[in-house]
Amino acid sequence: MRFIAAFAAALLIAGAAEARTWRVRPGPQAEQQLQTALIEARPGDTVRLGRGRIELSGGLSLDVDRVTIRGEGQGRSILSFDHQRRGAEGLLVTSDGVTLRDFAVENARGDAIKARDCNGITFRGVRAEWTRGPNPENGAYGLYPVNCDNVLIERSIARGASDAGIYVGQSRNIIVRDSLAEFNVAGIEIENSYGADVFGNTATRNTGGVLVFDLPGLPQQGGHDVRVFDNHIVNNDTPNFAPAGNIVAGVPTGTGVLIMANRNVHVFDNDIGDNGTVNVLITAYRESFDNAEYNPLARDIVVRNNRFGNAGYAPAGDLAALAQLGVAVPDVLWDGATVYSAGGTPRTASVRIVVRDNRSTRSGQGSFLSLGLPVAGSPLTEASPDPTVPPLLNIPEPERVRIRN
Amino acid sequence: MRSAFAAAAFAALLLVTGAAAQAPRPVNLAAISAERPPELLSAYRLFRDAGAREPNAGVTPYDLNTPLWSDGALKFRYAFLPEGTPAEYRGDGVFEFPVGSVLIKTFAFAADMSRPTENVRFLETRLLIRRADGWVALPYVWNEAQTEARYSPIGADLDVSFTDAGGAATTLEWAVPNRNQCKGCHDLAGAITPIGPTARNLNREMTYAEVSENQIMHWRRSGMLAGLPASAIPSAAAAYDPSSGTLDERARAYLHVNCAHCHNPEGPAHTSGLDLRWTQTTPVQWGVFKRPVAAGRGSAGYEFAIEPGHPERSFLLYRMESTDPGVMMPETGRQLADERAVALMREWIAGMGPDGAPNHQ
Repeated sequence: MRFIAAFAAALLIAGAAEARTWRVRPGPQAEQQLQTALIEARPGDTVRLGRGRIELSGGLSLDVDRVTIRGEGQGRSILSFDHQRRGAEGLLVTSDGVTLRDFAVENARGDAIKARDCNGITFRGVRAEWTRGPNPENGAYGLYPVNCDNVLIERSIARGASDAGIYVGQSRNIIVRDSLAEFNVAGIEIENSYGADVFGNTATRNTGGVLVFDLPGLPQQGGHDVRVFDNHIVNNDTPNFAPAGNIVAGVPTGTGVLIMANRNVHVFDNDIGDNGTVNVLITAYRESFDNAEYNPLARDIVVRNNRFGNAGYAPAGDLAALAQLGVAVPDVLWDGATVYSAGGTPRTASVRIVVRDNRSTRSGQGSFLSLGLPVAGSPLTEASPDPTVPPLLNIPEPERVRIRN
Repeated sequence: MRSAFAAAAFAALLLVTGAAAQAPRPVNLAAISAERPPELLSAYRLFRDAGAREPNAGVTPYDLNTPLWSDGALKFRYAFLPEGTPAEYRGDGVFEFPVGSVLIKTFAFAADMSRPTENVRFLETRLLIRRADGWVALPYVWNEAQTEARYSPIGADLDVSFTDAGGAATTLEWAVPNRNQCKGCHDLAGAITPIGPTARNLNREMTYAEVSENQIMHWRRSGMLAGLPASAIPSAAAAYDPSSGTLDERARAYLHVNCAHCHNPEGPAHTSGLDLRWTQTTPVQWGVFKRPVAAGRGSAGYEFAIEPGHPERSFLLYRMESTDPGVMMPETGRQLADERAVALMREWIAGMGPDGAPNHQ
């Protein structure tokens, strides 16, 4: 017994001796030191960023498993890309089990932090920001894991992204919690992903607060099983500044939650208010597409027990036309799509939309309206609005996401 | 006087023995297989001279039908395969090279690019070495004096000035890629892989010691390649040689070589859903009426990567023309726009029918 304990202690020491800490302080050598550390690091190593601004001329990249990059805090240790000349993102991570914590990436020319093809990526206390505020010349994404498993984003901040501040794309098993997204086009976006819990976040002053999307033509599609709960999704009022052509350029200014396509999305226990267009919008993907496997309908959607504040007082984008048609925008607006066209062939799918037990400072119970556009993508001029609340079917909630490391 | 004569004779003797010692020694196989790469390129003895102009025995130069464009740099390519172990032919993709193979590529600029054989400055020589557990990428950076190239895994920035082929004075900061950036292009499903030496791209004439021969045939005849099919070997179009293929074939060849190493279903850009390999047959997969996914301002406000008939509304072309790091494609490996390629793409997109079908004329 004693022998075993001694052996274990020796192993621990050996392990500690192998894991190294690289220290990088701001200064003329910092860029080279930092990139060298990110290349030469061994699995288990930590790269510590000192206090102050590290100026980068090119994008950084990390391709070593289980490395931690840690600063002194998102307000203190700053990777500044003000003078970036090369690289499509600020920091690119392509290895597994990486933790990023307590630093900021400012003013990257493209995306701020991209993590691609990772199993296990943690953002903790990280800030991605374009400091001039909303501007179409800002990079697209702030915190950007794509095709990753086991994504954890917590206590992080994203500001000024010209697409989405926190954007999780084509990933599996995701938690986004206790984070702040503001002054982005989309605050938090979960796209073409399987299994996401989004909770405890604040999404404010964006064009749209929280988006759950599924788009055609991508390696991973058929997004499903997303829970959005206990969030503060308020006062999203920044005029849409996305470059035209991008899907988020169609998000109406003043949208709280937007669910497009996707299956089994549950939105509950949130504060959603002061969103000038609409608090919750549920819609099919409305563009034409060429992809036999893709289902553009939003289906198995539950919106319950939310606390709705004011909305619909300044409908923008496509929905501005609704106001002109004399339709008052409710708390929860559904396009009503249950049929879509796949290469000219009409198709349908079981579409269940459940809206229940919400409260509203405006309308008491929370108002609902279907636009009665049964075919995905029909023009709004064909709307035949129907305020009938759909039947209260039981749609099982996805299981809680557990990050597996 | 006498001693001076003796000294001269001794010096002559030294010269003779020196010359004897310079009789080329073979490629250093130990250096190739070394776990820790040699500090200097010369340690491999891939070349007979320190300046790496004269390949050693067994080091075979090769060219490609359509090469990757890298700010217009000259490229000198060689392959070394251990004797008696040919590469295995593949009809699609890169040949299967034996362990111990080295693919060598030197990047260079001539002082006047309209005279590409004079005043040539080597910038870096990249080795791709096939080890037992896969390929490794090793960049070597040349010194100013052009006498040695040193291993540089974290990359380097080199100031380069030259007069371009059109006569314009050009300066750029040449970025030698670091190890991660090598993998940014040479990546297939997470492992490092070569890009150039495919049947289609090697299938062309090459001058060997003043004799012209098809490269594939030469490789087979010299024992570098085995397993060739009885059927015809496929050949890629040369992007700017109309006699080598239709406009569509030449544009697709350019996109394959310059873009498909990332834009393929297993490459670094697979999440975009854009597949620019020449084997792809579905137009939306190579951008026709394909909407932006994560392009950000790279979309330029246009709806589609390629809108047939409308190069001015096709953001694939916009990203090729851009030199903004947040917009441009490819993301790395260039600071200038490839004007000839931009013209080729413009012509190709302008000539497409409304459904994206190529305009064969």
